[in-house]
Amino acid sequence: MPATPKKQVHLAAQLPGIHNVTVWSDPRSESQISIDSFIRLAQTVERGKFDFFFLAEGLRLREHKGQVYDLDIAGRPENLTVLSALAAVTTRLGLAATVNATFNEPYEAARRFATLDRLSGGRAAWNVVTSYDAFTGENFRRGGFLPEADRYTRAAEFLTTARELWDSWASDDLRADAAAGEFTAPGAGRFAHRGRHFDISGRFTTPPGPQGHPVIIQSGESDAGREFAASDAEVIFSKHNRIDVARDFYRDVKRRLAAYGRRPEDLLILPTANAVVADTDEEAAAYAEEISRELVSPQTAIAHLEAVWGRDLSAYDPDGPLPDIEPEDDAHFLKGHSVFRKGRAETARQWRELAAERKLSIRELVIEVGGRQTFVGSPRTVADAIDDYVQTEGADGFVLVPHLTPGGLDDFVDRVVPILQEKGVHRDDYTGTTLREHLGLSDAPRPAGWGGPGQPLRTGRDDKETSA
Amino acid sequence: MTGTTRAPGAGAPLHLAVALDGAGWHPAAWREEGARPGELLDAAYWADLVTEAERGLLDFVTFEDALGLQSAVFHLPDDRTDQVRGSIDAVLLAAHLAPLTTHIGLVPTTNVTHTEPFHLAIGIATLDHASRGRAGWRPQISSRAADAAHFGRRTTPQLTEDDVTDSERISRPLRALFTEGAEVVEAARLLWDSWEDDAEIRDAATGRFIDRDKVHHIDFQGTDFSVKGPSITPRSPQGRPPVVSLAHATTPYEFAARASDVVAVTPHDGAGTAAILAQVAEAVERTGRDVRERPLRTFADLVVLLDDEPGAAARRKDRLDRVAGAPLASDAEIFTGTPAELADLLTDRHSTGLDGFRLRPAVLPHDLTAITRGLVPELQRRGVFRTEYTSTTLRGHLGLERPASRYAKAG
Repeated sequence: MPATPKKQVHLAAQLPGIHNVTVWSDPRSESQISIDSFIRLAQTVERGKFDFFFLAEGLRLREHKGQVYDLDIAGRPENLTVLSALAAVTTRLGLAATVNATFNEPYEAARRFATLDRLSGGRAAWNVVTSYDAFTGENFRRGGFLPEADRYTRAAEFLTTARELWDSWASDDLRADAAAGEFTAPGAGRFAHRGRHFDISGRFTTPPGPQGHPVIIQSGESDAGREFAASDAEVIFSKHNRIDVARDFYRDVKRRLAAYGRRPEDLLILPTANAVVADTDEEAAAYAEEISRELVSPQTAIAHLEAVWGRDLSAYDPDGPLPDIEPEDDAHFLKGHSVFRKGRAETARQWRELAAERKLSIRELVIEVGGRQTFVGSPRTVADAIDDYVQTEGADGFVLVPHLTPGGLDDFVDRVVPILQEKGVHRDDYTGTTLREHLGLSDAPRPAGWGGPGQPLRTGRDDKETSA
Repeated sequence: MTGTTRAPGAGAPLHLAVALDGAGWHPAAWREEGARPGELLDAAYWADLVTEAERGLLDFVTFEDALGLQSAVFHLPDDRTDQVRGSIDAVLLAAHLAPLTTHIGLVPTTNVTHTEPFHLAIGIATLDHASRGRAGWRPQISSRAADAAHFGRRTTPQLTEDDVTDSERISRPLRALFTEGAEVVEAARLLWDSWEDDAEIRDAATGRFIDRDKVHHIDFQGTDFSVKGPSITPRSPQGRPPVVSLAHATTPYEFAARASDVVAVTPHDGAGTAAILAQVAEAVERTGRDVRERPLRTFADLVVLLDDEPGAAARRKDRLDRVAGAPLASDAEIFTGTPAELADLLTDRHSTGLDGFRLRPAVLPHDLTAITRGLVPELQRRGVFRTEYTSTTLRGHLGLERPASRYAKAG
């Protein structure tokens, strides 16, 4: 029997705009907003034959103690606009935008993704996220109207509606037949959706791009999020980068697919990761330590502590012990930062325990809990670790977040990618033109009998009415 | 008297823009030899057009857009299949063209009735970053009530057959939407100003990436919406990308007086030009705008069919009209003739007080190429049009200074 072919490693890159994942104080750190930075990183990872380039979203600047948070990189572009520009200076790289289902409407979001898919020749992906917080809502007409429990029902119906809009043009509806004088088929783009969140009808403006539907990405890790991913997404992001936890997550998500008539390979699991590469493992380890320290300045350490404690701790010494006062339960200090929103009392308890056990100062603790670099070592060490992680079903690949903008993935692309290629687990060149092809996804994102987001397969007659 | 800072005429620069839409502004354009009807919604077609426009050293191109299919009827959708239907998002299209060009201004149309003001502001600011200072913005209200059903959040006035016979009557029921549109522009400008130019400090000593005193909540309160701010996008190369609006009546003139940097109007002759410029000047007066501080550039729109051989353009129009089954109808004056004849008309109108022209090529690429390779050299020979770009930003092309953020402390 021939040996089972090795799984391919899927790689994506993120240009981070927020959080303390990027060292801005490094002299090599360039603008996070200049188009040159985006072009440079996108072209670098296209050279490395990555699957896609990804942008996260934050629709309000974070605030701490009632003021704009000033310690991290802030300031980012509108995602689909910058990706449309990048589509002109790349040829194969997938382009993934996070677009919120709470502060947008299906007609416009579907139209913009169809536009990106057309402009890029079939390279668009949509990371569907939801938000219910009134803080971000203050920037929008509609405000923070959405009860938390409705997050996924709105997201699911939003996505269903977007799909109805993409399907409202049949593939031959754009006729452009000059001799016959027929530009479109009659009724092209006609749609009607009646549901709990959306009641809309009319004509959709935009025939879909080469992919039909953009690749759908989901990034929630809750039970509802996993189920949404299993029924509807083609990529799920996760934050799990401890291999044992990651394997549990991988198994759990993949086993949910069958209920929706989907195969395990129809949903790719890509954890967020970072890689620190140097000539030797020792040098890389030292560099990783340095990065971790630089990411948590003394001021950042205190700010993170305040976010968990919900009170002003500016009088505390970042190099001293944790405060012995108790956290305030209701105060929400660091707004717009998802990490510190919930379970702060429990977090404080864990942090204290860890600090006591390891005798850590405030800053040392925040560095410790901030998470380590995922892959640290020589190019060979990093390539082996990534390959092993994927072959042992911890992931299907990774979204790499560079710690420097825009040159932070240069070493990875120049030194790790060739080894992955040599190992036969990463493409030498693109074999397809669309992101669906890069990811090995089928053209039909929904199997026959698909019952709608979060709904089991239909076995009987498929009535057209959409209810949610 | 015209709302500009000076009387244009001898010595004043003549500005030239092109309005790109589908296969051109004649409904039969897509059936012409040389048209690329199957590519109207794809990148390569637009890249060719905008590259050509840039070759002609034009100030800017505009991209039409709407949140509904095109219709031959102003106020209602239609079911026609014999004309161009379908569109892509104009801001994204403009952004896509930004890295493929270096000088020309890129002015997408957006809807300001249904789209969130915050999204509009960061989209245009991002276009300005992506084009390194060449973004403009043409905000447009939703005048077709059927488009509201695409969103299901509000209703907008349904114009009647009587309303659409006259531009004053069209704008009357839409007055509240114009007022709201001006508020959207104001909110966007506040967001553009909300990061002062020097807000990013990267001060390692204090650990601060930004100076929070230079990033501002805007606390904008409009009639029906509010925006807290600040923007998520740092201040863009132009600070405030120029706003362009098309206006045919008192209410949109007032919108332009409040909100625009460039207003495009639709006179049909020399006398009409003077009359409209006077109306624009009155609107400026009524709104209290100080045009020495905030100049308002006036452009006239013309649909153009151009051929070198005398009479050929008119014959071509007749042929297109026969294919379309009706004579070309337009809100703007329709010009048929040679590039030299058009140059005569433009220089004449320019001397009556217009700053420039937004030409709508009837057939693409034919009439665009006639503009860039026929009209432009003709105007250059007469010494009234630039022979090279002297600026890299749209504000620069238009002779508009880059404004400081209104939040910046003087001195």
